[in-house]
Amino acid sequence: MATELGMPGVPNQLEEESVGRWGMVIDQDLCTGCQACVAACSMENNVPIVGEEDAGYGRYMHWIRIERLWDSKDYPEVKMTPFQPMLCQQCHNAPCEPVCPVYASVHSMSEDLNLQVYNRCVGTRYCGNNCPYQVRSFNWRDYNDERIHPELVTLHNQMNPDVTVRRRGVMEKCTFCIQRIHKAEDKAKSEGRDVQDGEFTTACAQACPTNAIRFGRLDDPESQINQIAATNPSRAYHALEEVRTLPRITYLKGGV
Amino acid sequence: MATIAKPLARPRAEEHEDPRQYLMHDPLPRGQMNAMVMEAMHETNPIFWGITGVLAAIVLFALGYEWYILIMQGQGTAGVLRPDYWGVFLVNTVFWIGISHAGTFISAILRVLKIESRRPFTRAAELMTTFGLVQAGLSIFMHLGRVWLVYWMFPIPNERRIWPDFHSPLMWDLMAITTYLLCSTMYLFLPLIPDLAMARDRTKGGWLKTFYKTLALGFRGTEGEWKNLTTAMNIFAFAIIPVMFSVHTIVSWDFAMASRPGWSSTVFGPYFVIGALHSGMAAVAVVLFLLRSSMKHYKYFIRAEHFNTMGTLMLLVSMAWAYFYFNDYLVPWYGGDVWDKLVQEYTEKGPLAYLWYTMLIVNIAVPWATLWNKKWRQTPWLLAIVGLLINVGMYLERYIIIPVGVTINRMPFTWRQYEPRIEVPMTIGTFALFLLLYMLASRLIPLIPVWEVQEGQEAHMIRKIGKAEISTLSDLE
Repeated sequence: MATELGMPGVPNQLEEESVGRWGMVIDQDLCTGCQACVAACSMENNVPIVGEEDAGYGRYMHWIRIERLWDSKDYPEVKMTPFQPMLCQQCHNAPCEPVCPVYASVHSMSEDLNLQVYNRCVGTRYCGNNCPYQVRSFNWRDYNDERIHPELVTLHNQMNPDVTVRRRGVMEKCTFCIQRIHKAEDKAKSEGRDVQDGEFTTACAQACPTNAIRFGRLDDPESQINQIAATNPSRAYHALEEVRTLPRITYLKGGV
Repeated sequence: MATIAKPLARPRAEEHEDPRQYLMHDPLPRGQMNAMVMEAMHETNPIFWGITGVLAAIVLFALGYEWYILIMQGQGTAGVLRPDYWGVFLVNTVFWIGISHAGTFISAILRVLKIESRRPFTRAAELMTTFGLVQAGLSIFMHLGRVWLVYWMFPIPNERRIWPDFHSPLMWDLMAITTYLLCSTMYLFLPLIPDLAMARDRTKGGWLKTFYKTLALGFRGTEGEWKNLTTAMNIFAFAIIPVMFSVHTIVSWDFAMASRPGWSSTVFGPYFVIGALHSGMAAVAVVLFLLRSSMKHYKYFIRAEHFNTMGTLMLLVSMAWAYFYFNDYLVPWYGGDVWDKLVQEYTEKGPLAYLWYTMLIVNIAVPWATLWNKKWRQTPWLLAIVGLLINVGMYLERYIIIPVGVTINRMPFTWRQYEPRIEVPMTIGTFALFLLLYMLASRLIPLIPVWEVQEGQEAHMIRKIGKAEISTLSDLE
């Protein structure tokens, strides 16, 4: 239900009421922490392999990671939190966007996604600092340069030609596999129809063996993700809801 | 010019002190004073050139070679990592902008308030402003991932019509620092003109003569020229004060506007301004000590009374800083937000807690324990040590806010400890460049505003009223 504000330049919709276009539902009860999504995402999106030393220091660049934390401090009572795949939440009200001085971190109005314009980025890393989910990864070095990782040159053959290879000094992050979105949209447009829910999916959702990650249309009430979220109202939540970033990913609480 | 005599202080009979211990009551003939300053400026010895050479070598290595490595291999050579996207380079930026604050504060505010003991050291402080800002700007460039594209942050019209985003606090920062650099350079230059003219008239020839002749803008010292100069300086002195306050407030907004626990604090603006003054004042004390002990004749110009003034200011600013720090600490603690609490616990009990305790000791305990005593305040070496310690403390304060504070964020899975790598030599490089610029400037321009000292000495005199000798100051305007 749109609220008419009737002010010039103000969209006739409160931010909370905008449903978004693409979204995900992640069921933490189904997630087994197998990391298949991490591998699939890295292959689909040409995410650099940083090497042992940098990864050990904490510079892994995965766009999606499986989080699991200790829930209790005392040793025998050890309890672990359920697995939580953490990736860019594609916030509608994204803290990373207004802080970029050069418009490298922008919002797509048509897809309602956060975009990162790699070739505009100058590397101030303010967006990474301001992201409450800490899901942005920075290219600390030219990881695809064969002088840095000569042993990985053969892996260059498996790179996805639809996705840019980023150079050093550039911030990057999950795009909801925007190359797949565009491919599906182009196909639908050539056939004169709208994209159907379930017509395509992201790499992480495709690779998930238990279907814990599901991707689909948010603006279609009949879509699979909306149905799942509606049938589990007690388990559905948004990560860090209190920051009011209006994320597009709904988690279903695990271990309840 | 009407002169109205007014008593400044009435010394009590038992502590009758020699008025000649004060620079303003110890006048020298103009020619002699000018000659002293010229001599101090143009006399060099092997030690000076040795130190200059070492500093130049450090600058070449750290800001040339190391920076080349950093640019060619990327920020991976630095210690920054996922939660600590900002590291020591931004600590340096905030630190150097802080250092640059004291110059304007001492020069502009003390000039506006007509504090007489400012006269011999305004320029030494103003030079710190300009050279400190140079280091701050360089540190921002070091921090950027793709520094060769830095011009994209400038509002340059281009055929793609892409404009920088003025929503970003970094853009405000860029504008503020550029404005401050321009204003402070002009404000450094204006009171320098009469001294440059003085140096021009006392230089025999060669490139130095051309240098002074060009910069002195044909100043001859006529009534009209003095009038214009005083008006311009007055305007700048008043106008630069809000600029100074705005700069460090905007620097603090880089942090306060971010939605990070420990950063988004409403008191950061004034707190950072006071922090800047705290480190800046202390740095002025150190520089005054170095000038006094290394430059010829400067023991005449920079005296115990000036260290006394600086010591009093340092004590006051230290108290103000403690007040603001207490505010910044108490409100999140009382508020009890879980993330703010975690940040505070990490700084106090984490592996880097010793930084926090050192900061509190050298920023609060040391100045309060030493500077209350007038005799100690008048001891130059003691003040220099206290000043150095305060600067260490203020550096630690910025280090705690940036790399230590951002370790704790809302995603505990990513918490990781930052350790500086290539930042260490490059930080040393900025310090070396600052000293190098200062040493070279000390051979090119008079570091003592001679005309201001002479003006002050003409205005002051001792009058006998009845049996009492009273120091009087005639109002020059």
